[in-house]
Amino acid sequence: MSTITIREALNQAIREELARDESVFIMGEEVAAYDGAYKVTKGLLHEFGPKRVIDTPITELGFAGLGVGAAMAGLRPIVEFMTFNFSILATDQIVNSAAKMLYMSGGQFKIPIVFRGPGGSAYQVSSQHSQALESWYAYFPGLKVVMPSTPADAKGLLKSSIRDDDPVIFIEQERMYGIKGEVPDDPDFTIPLGVADVKREGTDVTIVARSLMVPVALKAAEELEKQDVSCEVIDPRTIRPLDIDTIVESVKKTNRVVLAEESHPMCGVNAEISMQIMERAFDYLDAPIKRVSGADVPMPYAKNLENLAVPDVNKIVAAVREVAYLD
Amino acid sequence: MSKQTAAPPSRAGAEEQSSTSVIDAPADVDRQQLARERDEAKERQKDRFTSLNNEQLIDLYRQMVLIRRFEEKSAEAYVAGKIGGFCHLYIGQEAVAVGAISAIRKDDYVFASYREHGHALAKGMSARSIMAELFGKATGCSKGKGGSMHMFDKDLGFLGGHAIVGGQIPLATGAAFASMYQGTDQVTLCFFGEAAVNQGAFHESLNMAQLWKIPCIYICENNQYGMGTSLERAMSLRDIAQKGCAYEVASEFVDGMDVLAVREAVMKAVERGRKESLPTLLEIRTYRFMGHSMSDPGNYRTRAEIEKYQERDPIKLFSASLLEQKIIDDKGLEEIDKKVREEVEDAFRFADESPLPDPEELYTDVYANPIDSSQNRNR
Amino acid sequence: MATKVIMPKLSPTMEEGQLSRWLKKEGDKVAMGEPLAEIDTDKATMEMQALANGVLRKILINEGQSAPLGQLIAIIGEANEDIASLLSEAPAAAPAQKEEAPKAAEPAPAPAEQPAPQTQAAAAGAAVNGRQTAPAAAAASGRLIVSPLAARMAAESGLDLRLVQGSGPGGRIIKKDIEAALSEPKAAPSAQRYPRAVEPARFQSAQIAAASAYRDEPATQIRQTIAKRLVTSLGPVPHFFLTTDIEMDRAAEMRRGINALDPDLKISINDIVIKVAAAALIQHPEVNASFQEKFVRYYEQADIGVAVAIEDGLITPVVRAADQKSLSQIAAEVRELAERARSKRLKPEEYTGATFSISNLGMLGIDEFTAVINPPEGAILAVGAMTPKPVVRENEIVVRQIMRVTMSCDHRVIDGATGAKFLQTFKKILENPLYLVV
Repeated sequence: MSTITIREALNQAIREELARDESVFIMGEEVAAYDGAYKVTKGLLHEFGPKRVIDTPITELGFAGLGVGAAMAGLRPIVEFMTFNFSILATDQIVNSAAKMLYMSGGQFKIPIVFRGPGGSAYQVSSQHSQALESWYAYFPGLKVVMPSTPADAKGLLKSSIRDDDPVIFIEQERMYGIKGEVPDDPDFTIPLGVADVKREGTDVTIVARSLMVPVALKAAEELEKQDVSCEVIDPRTIRPLDIDTIVESVKKTNRVVLAEESHPMCGVNAEISMQIMERAFDYLDAPIKRVSGADVPMPYAKNLENLAVPDVNKIVAAVREVAYLD
Repeated sequence: MSKQTAAPPSRAGAEEQSSTSVIDAPADVDRQQLARERDEAKERQKDRFTSLNNEQLIDLYRQMVLIRRFEEKSAEAYVAGKIGGFCHLYIGQEAVAVGAISAIRKDDYVFASYREHGHALAKGMSARSIMAELFGKATGCSKGKGGSMHMFDKDLGFLGGHAIVGGQIPLATGAAFASMYQGTDQVTLCFFGEAAVNQGAFHESLNMAQLWKIPCIYICENNQYGMGTSLERAMSLRDIAQKGCAYEVASEFVDGMDVLAVREAVMKAVERGRKESLPTLLEIRTYRFMGHSMSDPGNYRTRAEIEKYQERDPIKLFSASLLEQKIIDDKGLEEIDKKVREEVEDAFRFADESPLPDPEELYTDVYANPIDSSQNRNR
Repeated sequence: MATKVIMPKLSPTMEEGQLSRWLKKEGDKVAMGEPLAEIDTDKATMEMQALANGVLRKILINEGQSAPLGQLIAIIGEANEDIASLLSEAPAAAPAQKEEAPKAAEPAPAPAEQPAPQTQAAAAGAAVNGRQTAPAAAAASGRLIVSPLAARMAAESGLDLRLVQGSGPGGRIIKKDIEAALSEPKAAPSAQRYPRAVEPARFQSAQIAAASAYRDEPATQIRQTIAKRLVTSLGPVPHFFLTTDIEMDRAAEMRRGINALDPDLKISINDIVIKVAAAALIQHPEVNASFQEKFVRYYEQADIGVAVAIEDGLITPVVRAADQKSLSQIAAEVRELAERARSKRLKPEEYTGATFSISNLGMLGIDEFTAVINPPEGAILAVGAMTPKPVVRENEIVVRQIMRVTMSCDHRVIDGATGAKFLQTFKKILENPLYLVV
């Protein structure tokens, strides 16, 4: 075990997979000579050379499509978006090519590709650079969507994503690269996709949180502990496919649910989780499911407004108290 | 002043409508001029005969006829309701796919747009598997999940029909990139229509291809219409070959009604790809004799224009050359035509008699590694 | 000059009457001596005649509703006469609504919750919670607000949600409330419950204290047609009869056993019959029912009328909730009621509002007879004497204690097969009284 940041954990994962499999390469804007806009790819060019670590022009649709084509011909690309905001330019290739190729070719062409990069809210970069897009990608069958919240998850899940034969959308949280945690040193350490993690056990209320909301939910749970409310915090980690069983099991135990996410509420992932809980555990609910979401506005620049737009500990505490009938 | 006839009410019989609903302006046709142009083309074609033996030449002819007959049969099946959705026919453009694909190896890759039945046949896919795919049958090349616009054959290096205009251009660039990465000397042919040139994907791809020396051959089949919009109404710089200059990509203009001209140009591009790992852009001027799709009456074109290109029909032109060069006689041509018809009839029967996909197929092939959370949890 | 129509005295013992059916509606012309309404008395359904000429201006009591003797139930007057002063005499408890559910906007006085043909869940669960401000609204809406989990817990434990106070927002009953209710000691541990076809929350409580709660369901068109046609054939209550023989050996043995245990108990065969009938009724709610013209009323508990011969006739005191009482309770109660019946000390609520009646002439040596239904009940069971008879069992002639019963059914509400199935259950339990405890 070593204690490292999420940034370093991701770097280790990419490095280990580049070393493990010659067909793996990474491409994206500033990933090579610049060492990565967020330094996730630091040192990789030096170690693996320009064939395996490729700086691209600012041409997201082009290099995303190039990655999918390379995957059709047997490579395992890692495509970095400097931020997922820019993936919007590449959605045709992600959605119409990567997600559907296996199906419309009748199973002939698998697309082992990882599209990764930071997403979610950043710090004061305003509307176009600060948004959560996972619900877009989670919508499409054929894609897998992964969102780690700890260094160990980041490393284990990224390695599994690179080894997976399907297109994976791997969304790192821009604010979380510096978060530290223990990570196993074993180069074969992986975490399987599609398995939720109970980040904290509890009995009164289930909080489902992903990405940035996991540390926030854990802090809220600590606060609530002092108020005699025991919270179970579940991190789905993989948004598609969703490990709904783990969530439902928890709901059957606690009977109350708060769903936290920094994305907009409309058509969000939590809207889907909420529906699945209703379908699977209606008779176990003792209170309506409560969502805590990002504000339904484009992200503002001003610090005070930005703080209001992103869910915080207080909002989660208040929601938990509400479903526990404490207020 | 030209007169425009009314569009037909339904898509059924559209291919017949297309010949009567075009803009009728016969006065513009100078038949002597047409004949002169045709003869000149034939002369040019003769000069290229030396590069191939008789057997190869006859096979090119056979492939073009196969595509023509196959597409005619598709139209028939479409009108009969055997084929659903869209059905974009390749009639008139046969020389491009046949000429180009005759210039590459079996292990080279081909990407095409949604008008790809001809390319699939030229790459060696069987008429049966393509017709069955059109019929949405389990025996289709994509198990009935792709349809007219999504033919695939991994073993034959046919990497698909792609239905978003220009979407296949970055993909083809990627496959060629993979060949380069893997150190093989494979090349990739990427077919697209001239309307795709206006998409960002085209420009982004050409830039990367030249920048990174990717052996991808971009073949723009300029049939002069993006659905119903003519090139003139859609493109500021209409000399598409020139667009390669913007990215320093070698480019050339080619007569797409001459199968040998196409083959020759692609051969050069393939050599550039294999030896120098460089891309090429070819603008191949061609013409589709039918509407954009089976539901298109084609009433945006003049009769004179269609007649002009029909005079340059690549199959007619090539058969005339073959006869003149005494490479084949009328009987030989008839023999080929008969065999091709049998092959197409057989494909039709095969498709018609094949079973529909099993309902369980609905949920297969979504993921290569489907995830069972409950099993993974115990890992 | 307007004329008051009051609940008339239609039998010597009558103290209140239930309005069974209005034969005129508001606005109809009426002539003196013309039938105005049908009234259910403790004895029979009787016609009430108009005692004035004019127009039936106002109806103050709904069908199915009861009123004590002398209460103003309608007004006859001239078409445009001012009747306001007379109306003010009407008890507040009688808003004149006919065939119309109380509108949510009108504050309906509690006792007047009237049998519009719809079920209403009691709002007991929406009682005021200290912290909440919303419960009043929930109570007014009449809905029982309950979390899915609490609803399931209540259903699984057989808890009546109307008895649970909700502590959630808007008076929502939540897990905590169910747990609290379940941890309380049971009010009546002896109460026996039988499997129910209808969950408790759908019943509404009766006006007579301790009488069975009920739910009203609109009489279907076919039910109304059956009723109409049968009435033209057989009179107001079209009877049909079902007879069966019951082997009483085991029941008799059980009675001997119980009485040997404690001679003070003095359980009679009739007490067992009452208990078994009650148990069977709960399993066949369609027999524990009453035809009410526009709707059919289904009762929650089995209130059994027991015919008792008295000096100048007959009266049927009611054993309330016989399904929930033990045999000894039933025996004691019947004994006590019969005694007071004979000395004419029964209160009206003690001999009205049964959901089913039993008449036993076995002690008078009658083998078999038919009884007349006491409207608006749906059925009555005529019980004959228990006598040893030869019967064939496993190809041998043996002697068994046989009791023959005949059930009279109101064909407007009970059909042949429905009654037969009930009788089947009744027979099964009576022949094997162990079913009472399993």
